[in-house]
Amino acid sequence: MRPLLFTAAASALVAMGAASLYGAGPSAAAPAQPEKPLGLGTPATPEEIAGWDIDVRPDGMGLPPGKGTATQGEVIFLEQCAACHGDFAEGRDRWPVLAGGHGSLKADRPEKTIGSYWESASTVFDYVRRAMPFGNAQSLSNDELYAVTAFLLNMNDVIKDPEFELNQGNFTSIRMPNADGFYDDDRETTERKFWNAEACMKNCKTEVVVTGQAAILDVTPDSKSAPSVD
Amino acid sequence: MSEDNEPQKNTRSRRQFLKSAGLTGALVAAGAKSAWPQASSAEAKPENLPPHVADWSKHLGTGVADRPYGKPSKFEAHVVRRDVEWLTASQQSSVNFTPWHELDGIITPSGLCFERHHGGAPDVSPADHRLMVHGLVDKPLVFSMSDIMRMPRVNRVFFLECAANSGMEWRGPQLNGCQFTHGMIHNVMYTGVPLRTVLNEAGLKPKAKWLLVEGGDASGMNRSLPVEKALDDCLLAFKMNGEALRPEQGYPLRLVVPGWEGNIWVKWIRRIEVGDKPWLAREETSKYTDLLADGRARRFTFVMDAKSVITNPSPQAPLRFKGQNVLTGIAWSGRGAITRVDVTLDGGRNWREARIDGPVFERSVTRFYVDFDWQGEELMIQSRCHDSTGYLQPTKNELRAVRGVNSIYHNNGIQTWLVRSNGETENVEIS
Repeated sequence: MRPLLFTAAASALVAMGAASLYGAGPSAAAPAQPEKPLGLGTPATPEEIAGWDIDVRPDGMGLPPGKGTATQGEVIFLEQCAACHGDFAEGRDRWPVLAGGHGSLKADRPEKTIGSYWESASTVFDYVRRAMPFGNAQSLSNDELYAVTAFLLNMNDVIKDPEFELNQGNFTSIRMPNADGFYDDDRETTERKFWNAEACMKNCKTEVVVTGQAAILDVTPDSKSAPSVD
Repeated sequence: MSEDNEPQKNTRSRRQFLKSAGLTGALVAAGAKSAWPQASSAEAKPENLPPHVADWSKHLGTGVADRPYGKPSKFEAHVVRRDVEWLTASQQSSVNFTPWHELDGIITPSGLCFERHHGGAPDVSPADHRLMVHGLVDKPLVFSMSDIMRMPRVNRVFFLECAANSGMEWRGPQLNGCQFTHGMIHNVMYTGVPLRTVLNEAGLKPKAKWLLVEGGDASGMNRSLPVEKALDDCLLAFKMNGEALRPEQGYPLRLVVPGWEGNIWVKWIRRIEVGDKPWLAREETSKYTDLLADGRARRFTFVMDAKSVITNPSPQAPLRFKGQNVLTGIAWSGRGAITRVDVTLDGGRNWREARIDGPVFERSVTRFYVDFDWQGEELMIQSRCHDSTGYLQPTKNELRAVRGVNSIYHNNGIQTWLVRSNGETENVEIS
């Protein structure tokens, strides 16, 4: 029975909880696990790996050599990022807001930014390195990546001094304000009542009234009152 | 109710239509005003109806070379994926939605599978596509598509649901149409190779706990995948519904992570790095984490909980006839198989068990029906599903009680449609 696999893996899959909830096995018999490799694929050379291995982990694994300050990053940001994200990383139109929102996570309308929400500074470096600037990905040099990351952390008051040099050696000393704000999936504990709940079939309610209607704030495309009707 | 919502007076042509269609119920279509086109609700042309003989019965149709790759009838031109323009800042990092109210059975046609990209959909040459596997492995390897195609392959039907499906409905009903409220899910048959086959070629080191899976698109989409799941039922798929993946679904190669949120099903997959801990990529911290009312957030909420929705009737597909009608919908669970679906027509006072028809697979969409008689009374219709782990789909308020209204993702609450006496159907919530 498959759940045993998950039980054994509990330390890695912290959130997976009680194995008994995994009642179902694979959807059909899988082909026999090949004991011996098939001998397919070609060895990846160190050069090939170096060209593609761009990820950076919270413990610093993957950080390339390089350095940069927020002051240097601001120049790059204004030129390559501010058209969407705003001069101060405040976001333009519907493009992502990257700074601000501190202390808003419990608010009615939370503002989830790098400074208010992100768990690790490495996420900034990893994401900018692989996906930004939007439409011109993987175009920034390592020094530029450190500088832009320093600028974004400075806009979020994580790095106070705009002349602070962020580099491969000191990167993991950066601590994000919301670093303790996350925990692994606990639905199988905190939402346990959704399992084996009683499903009433007859005379379950006496009165039913409508409490909310989409028509009141109808934002459906092509509907009578939607912003865009073609 | 306005005058044009009153049942239409019978005209000669309408009488003919009703008679010719063999309908016993009264037509209420004129009342069921919908902005949505429906091929079957178009007025019939009397010259095509018996006793007349239609043109297509007299003259030749098109030849076999006219459609080397077939397309749907022109009368189905309205059956398309749709986007919500105000939702995102760009078309390249955006989403569109599957028109479930126009579909039946359990398989989503490839061209109607919703799309979600973060850097646009590239058209990758299979000759140039490579999958690199490195990190905590005995032998770092690069695979070509030819390598992948030489491995033992399997066929599996799975749903792929975006974690943000129904995410706009946390604070209350917003969008009128199951395409928009529930359209970020599709269900296709994949052909591919087990991910463990590829990992076995490279050989996992004992410390291997997590994989970084990365796409070859301009967002370099990356997520951390636990090794246990990778070795269990994940696939590297190259075909959907029998033919090559569509470019927008990851051609030539995508990751299939059964039952888990769609974001981790990396498309155009180019690289797998094996590691001993998660990466905390942007898509697993800034996004795809569930912010709860206390200001803390759940992360690695991979599994999609059991969920169902009635697709017909729904706001885009109002009721049009009194008398015999078909209610239908879909149900699915990331934890196993759907074992039962209940439907209420009276806002949850009383429920009946729906009829499931078609194949029931684990972690796949399951189709259900309730065949019912309608005499124009107002209905408040809901479906709720049960899965093989004993999970019962909760109400939206039960979810809010645990999670608040700011978690965006994993909204699997029970959906209510209000069917008015004229057949018009609206997205509502009820007490």
